[in-house]
Formats: sequence, C-alpha cells, structure tokens
Amino acid sequence: MLQIKVLGGGCSNCINLAKMCTEILEDNKIEGEVTKVTDFQEIMKYGILTTPGLVINEKVVHYGKLPTKSTLTHWLIESTTK
Amino acid sequence: MNFKFNKLTILITFIIWILFYTNLEYITNQLVYKFIGMATKMPFTNAVWFFIFEVPKVLLLLVLIVFIVGIIRSYFSPEKTRKILGGKKQFIGNALGSLLGVVTPFCSCSAIPLFLGFVQSGVPLGVTFSFLIAAPMVNEVALVLLIGLFGWDTALLYLSTGLTIAFISGFIIGKLKLEKHVEPWVYAVQANTINNITEQKINFDERIDIGIQAVKDIVGKVWIYLVLGIGVGAGIHGYVPENFMAGLMGKSVWWSVPISVILGIPMYSNAAGIIPIVQALLGKGAALGTVLAFMMSVIALSLPELIILKKVLKIQLILSFIGIVATGIMIVGYLFNIIY
Repeated sequence: MLQIKVLGGGCSNCINLAKMCTEILEDNKIEGEVTKVTDFQEIMKYGILTTPGLVINEKVVHYGKLPTKSTLTHWLIESTTK
Repeated sequence: MNFKFNKLTILITFIIWILFYTNLEYITNQLVYKFIGMATKMPFTNAVWFFIFEVPKVLLLLVLIVFIVGIIRSYFSPEKTRKILGGKKQFIGNALGSLLGVVTPFCSCSAIPLFLGFVQSGVPLGVTFSFLIAAPMVNEVALVLLIGLFGWDTALLYLSTGLTIAFISGFIIGKLKLEKHVEPWVYAVQANTINNITEQKINFDERIDIGIQAVKDIVGKVWIYLVLGIGVGAGIHGYVPENFMAGLMGKSVWWSVPISVILGIPMYSNAAGIIPIVQALLGKGAALGTVLAFMMSVIALSLPELIILKKVLKIQLILSFIGIVATGIMIVGYLFNIIY
C-alpha cells in the first residue's frame, strides 16, 4: 500500500496534485492513501524549497510544480513494484 | 499535442512575430477605418482602435518576453540560489539576493517554504527579504506591459527602482536585527538541505521546451485579465475627459502618493489587469509617480500574502516589513513625480 503525501500550504497546485493522485490510484486500482501536509514545520523536514512536494513512501519524488498526469501515473505504478 | 519545437521552428515563429508586430498599426488602421469603416476622432472609435491595437501588441510582447525569461530562469533554481546566498554578508548579499529574486523561478505559494529553507540554512534574514521582495516586485508581466504601453525607458526605471527597494529594504531589515521576531521554531529546526533528487543536466532544446511551457502557463493564466484591463483602459481612453484625474492623482496633490500606497495593500490584483487601467489614467492627468506607487503597492504588498506570513513571522516583523517597503515605494513615487 502506497503512502502518498502532498506537501504545500494549500495553494491551488497542491490541491490539484492531491486530486490527481487520488484519481490515478482509482483508475489504476492501486491501493494507497493520499494525505495533505499543510503544516510548514512538517513540510520543512523533507528539505524542499518549493511546493507542491510529492512524497511517496517517505521519499521525495518531486517538488516545485505540477507534474503531468502521465509522469505521475508512471511514478505511482513504479512505486508499487518497489 | 506532441509537436516538438526545434530551433528552426522558433526562428520562423520569430520572423512572423516581427512582421506582425511592426505592422500592427497599419493592420489596426485598415481594420478600424477601412474594414469596419468607423468615423475618425469619435470617442467610440478611439476606444475600439485602442483595444484592437493594444491587445495583440501586448500579447505578442508577453509571449516573447515570457519565453526569454523562461529560458533565462532554466539556468537558475531555488536550490542554487540558496547555495549562492548562504553565509553572504550584508550589502553584497542584499544586492545578489535582489538580482536572484528576479531570475529564480518559483510561484508565490512557495514564498514560505523558501523563506524557511533560506534562513534555516544560514542565509541572513535581510538577504532573504531582499530576495523575497524583489521576486514579486519585478514581475515579467508588469515589465512587458510597461514596455508595451509606456516604452523601454519607463520599464527600465521600474526594474531599477524595484531592485533598489528590494536591496534597501532587505538591508535595513538586516541592520535592525529583527531575527528575534521570527517564530522561534523556525530557527530551532536545522534545515534538511539534502534533496533526494539530484539536478539533471539539461540541453538547450530542453530549455526551449521550458520556455514554451512558461509561455503556456503564464499567458494562459493572465490573458483574460489583460484583455479585461485593456478593455477598461480603452473605455477610459475614449470617454473619460482629459485632466479628469489631475485633481485626484496629479502632481500637485502631495497626499496622493501615500493614499495610493495604502489603497494598494488590500488590493490583490495581478499586474496584467492593473497596468492597462493605470496607463489609461495616466493619459487623463494622473502623475506617473503616483500611479507607479499604486501599482507597486498592489503587486508587492498584498494582504492575503501577509496573512500567510503570520505563520512564520511575529507581527512586529510583518509591520516593519510593510513599513519599510511602503516607505521605499513612496520615495519612488515622489521621485518620479519630481523627475517627470
């Protein structure tokens, strides 16, 4: 089961990223949980400077801007095999 | 659409761009007077002409400049900037911070994590502020509109005064030793500067793609405000009488500069909508300094952003920040009113 965290103060990019993740999980029947992390103290622990940040199973995969849907799908599917 | 742009396509596009841009006045004249057949020197004709001429002109400039800025920005990243600014002294640090604020790519919602990441890894507070003030203040969309509607000289003045305000404000904040007004937890955490992602080498074709992506993102977001703003501007252009604004925002009215700055703080408009209106007001007797002060205040000091800042800064530091930046903007306003 994937633990997905979306890091960001609540801007539109972060909301969109979380929505994309949930959709991809559903579409590809991947088991996982998407949580939004909005507390900056918590966000800074991941060492990112720009949001939105994407963390899959405690590993920072992406940050700074919205990935395309196909790239995101690829990351999520890849993570299930690890 | 999976069409790959290469250098040749870019070159051809650029030639078409130049042809179109340089003949815009002719095309507009043909369209308004010959094709639609409108009477000359009527308020409605003036408004329509202004709209038909300015919208494509500003959009063309926007596409070109956003593309160039996009490519320039692909050479910078917040991580590199942090490395450059780490441990820099005041003055040099403030100057570098202001300049890097203009070219480092990030969206406004990243201001807080950037602030935290910078101070936690040892970038001085004042230098961090220079960086964070310059970034929204010198805005590429504002720059495009100033070039398009006012000319290169005004755009350059805006760029240099924006940088100066960022430099001086950050310098003063650093000198005032305001670190104690940052929420204590910020300094308690040691920054995690190890990113799990290593930066990849990118070639020039990829930079072109980044530039095109920037055009899609930014032009896609602001074009509607731009068209609306120019629409309102066109209305003012055609219908509001000459010197209408002179009594309110004219040179001789000393209090117009501070009032403009105060009015600008709660207004949260992007530059795209505000500048065409500002340009139209200017034609009606408003003074350039007053109008510029208003514009800078709207862009650099915005209430929603200040509220988010409250999460990491104490109210004293936020107030000092507003006070210093507002004073800087007012000085610029008065300076322009004296020069022009």
